Amino acid sequence: MEYLLAFAVGGLFCVIGQLLFDLTPWSPGHILTGFVVAGGILGGVGLYDRLIEFAGAGAALPISSFGNALVKGAMAEAAQNGIIGVLTGMFELTSAGITAAIIFGFFAAVIFNPRG
Amino acid sequence: MSKKVEDIFEISSDEYQQMVEQKKPRPPLGKNLLLAFLSGGFLALVGQLIINFFTGLGFTPSEAADPMVAIFIFLGALATGLGVFDKISHYTGAGTAIPVTGFANSITSAALEFKKEGLVTGVGSKMFVLAGSVIVFGVVTALIIGVISAII
Amino acid sequence: MSAAKNGAHTFSIEKPVYLSFTGAIAGPKEGKGPLAPDYDVVKQDLKLGQKSFEKAERMMMKEACDLALSKGNYRPEDLDYFIAGDLLNQITVSGYSALNYPIPFLGIYGACANLTQSMGLGALLISGGYGERALLATSSHNCSAERQYRYPTEYGFQKPCHAQWTVTGAGAAVITADVPPVRITTVTLGELADLGMRDPACLGTAMAPAAAAAMVYHFEETGRDPSFYDAIVSGDLGQVGKELAIDLLFRRGYNVGDIYNDCGTMIYYPHQQVNSGGSGCAASALVVLGNLFRRLSQGEINRALVVATGAMHSPTACLQGDSIPALAYAVSLENETSQ
Repeated sequence: MEYLLAFAVGGLFCVIGQLLFDLTPWSPGHILTGFVVAGGILGGVGLYDRLIEFAGAGAALPISSFGNALVKGAMAEAAQNGIIGVLTGMFELTSAGITAAIIFGFFAAVIFNPRG
Repeated sequence: MSKKVEDIFEISSDEYQQMVEQKKPRPPLGKNLLLAFLSGGFLALVGQLIINFFTGLGFTPSEAADPMVAIFIFLGALATGLGVFDKISHYTGAGTAIPVTGFANSITSAALEFKKEGLVTGVGSKMFVLAGSVIVFGVVTALIIGVISAII
Repeated sequence: MSAAKNGAHTFSIEKPVYLSFTGAIAGPKEGKGPLAPDYDVVKQDLKLGQKSFEKAERMMMKEACDLALSKGNYRPEDLDYFIAGDLLNQITVSGYSALNYPIPFLGIYGACANLTQSMGLGALLISGGYGERALLATSSHNCSAERQYRYPTEYGFQKPCHAQWTVTGAGAAVITADVPPVRITTVTLGELADLGMRDPACLGTAMAPAAAAAMVYHFEETGRDPSFYDAIVSGDLGQVGKELAIDLLFRRGYNVGDIYNDCGTMIYYPHQQVNSGGSGCAASALVVLGNLFRRLSQGEINRALVVATGAMHSPTACLQGDSIPALAYAVSLENETSQ
């Protein structure tokens, strides 16, 4: 059952993305940025975590979860250490993702060549 | 003879834009949405399997999200390096762009492309040309919300 | 005066100037298209053993030029000018190719209209008595253009169905005062036209008004009717742009019907997945200097009007909110022996 929910919700996120790609003049950069900001806002009001509990990877895999993670990191640290925690805690939950992206991206660039 | 194109064809900019909208082929929305749903859903399914694998090893569900994301980023970077990501995304569209695989692809494709201009001045400087705004606006959003929540 | 000006845009090239020898070098995808037999060389990959796509494009331009020169048995020094342009910043392909030819270099930029801009300028110079022969060249490469104007080549961006595909190829020509039979008889120089198009993925919609306007200037200033020609081709409007051009011409009372086609739509088969069709300087160069030149030389057709089109697209201007203006230059080519 959890697999079905993951599939459906993950698919739905992509359907929303596809509608934006095909029906609006916005670039992929604009749309993905919009997803992250939306994920952050939903995370701020606590809704994104509930979505992740409900759909698992279906909500954790889309790029919007990145926005949620940034917001949660900032909020968690601020709750402990006051407003400075917004700066110090922000990348706590996303550091794996960003580090992985830089490392794998870098090594792929070193090893491979663009094919056109 | 008047030379401006609007006068030659007795057409205004707005009228021409309407002509263009009528002539432009419509995207195959049904097919695109279906493929996006299926491919995005499939990736989420695989993601759930990975999460369950790690929770089986003792991770909590939210801890397990980290290695899942890292694995998908690895796969996205690898597919981009091998030259297959763009061939797949021709069909899957948002199905591969919205999950973090798309994020990995934007970083890897930029790094690959500018390799010819050097490791520092190419790969290093241009790696975030596409993904940068995602990170920047994510951070700005988190700052605003974080500050609001700290004050409330 | 050996080139008389008719109206504001058109010159009759009265002292003869001929399109004498050509070189057409095509990329792998183009080599699988319907006009492949007319290209001199088809390359099997996009890198050609070079370190970058830009260097590969330079190699193609040089090869096209050397081929055109060798067909006429010329050394570079036998020519008076090298007139060339391409799509890359600082027209770097042309600039570096010019290093191989120790003759005066005139770099031009008309975007994808480089072919007819170079022909027009060269014809005016020779017909005006300022030289006997000129070497012309233009090129485009899918990867170098994508990388500069749009996205990295491995980026997974799903192309919209009205998008165009930049043609990979290089075309060169030697034009002379003394080697018939294909004569450049008139040149119509267009002006910038802007009807508010903003989509860089479908430049054909921005260029269609300019192409149609150039044809109107040409017909009205020469007094010719479209039916005077056996073939009229535009450069790279693509399927969508082509239909728009036909409609615009119809508004002015011209029915170009079956004589008119667009090089961008001629260069690939539908199954090659190029959406609206080919674009780039090589779209017109490969079709005109390959297929059309052969048919004119052999007398299969006698009169052709080539209207290459260029979009003055600047990614920077686009991001700053400007629309995309375009222009076109028309050149009429006629087989002298059939007059």
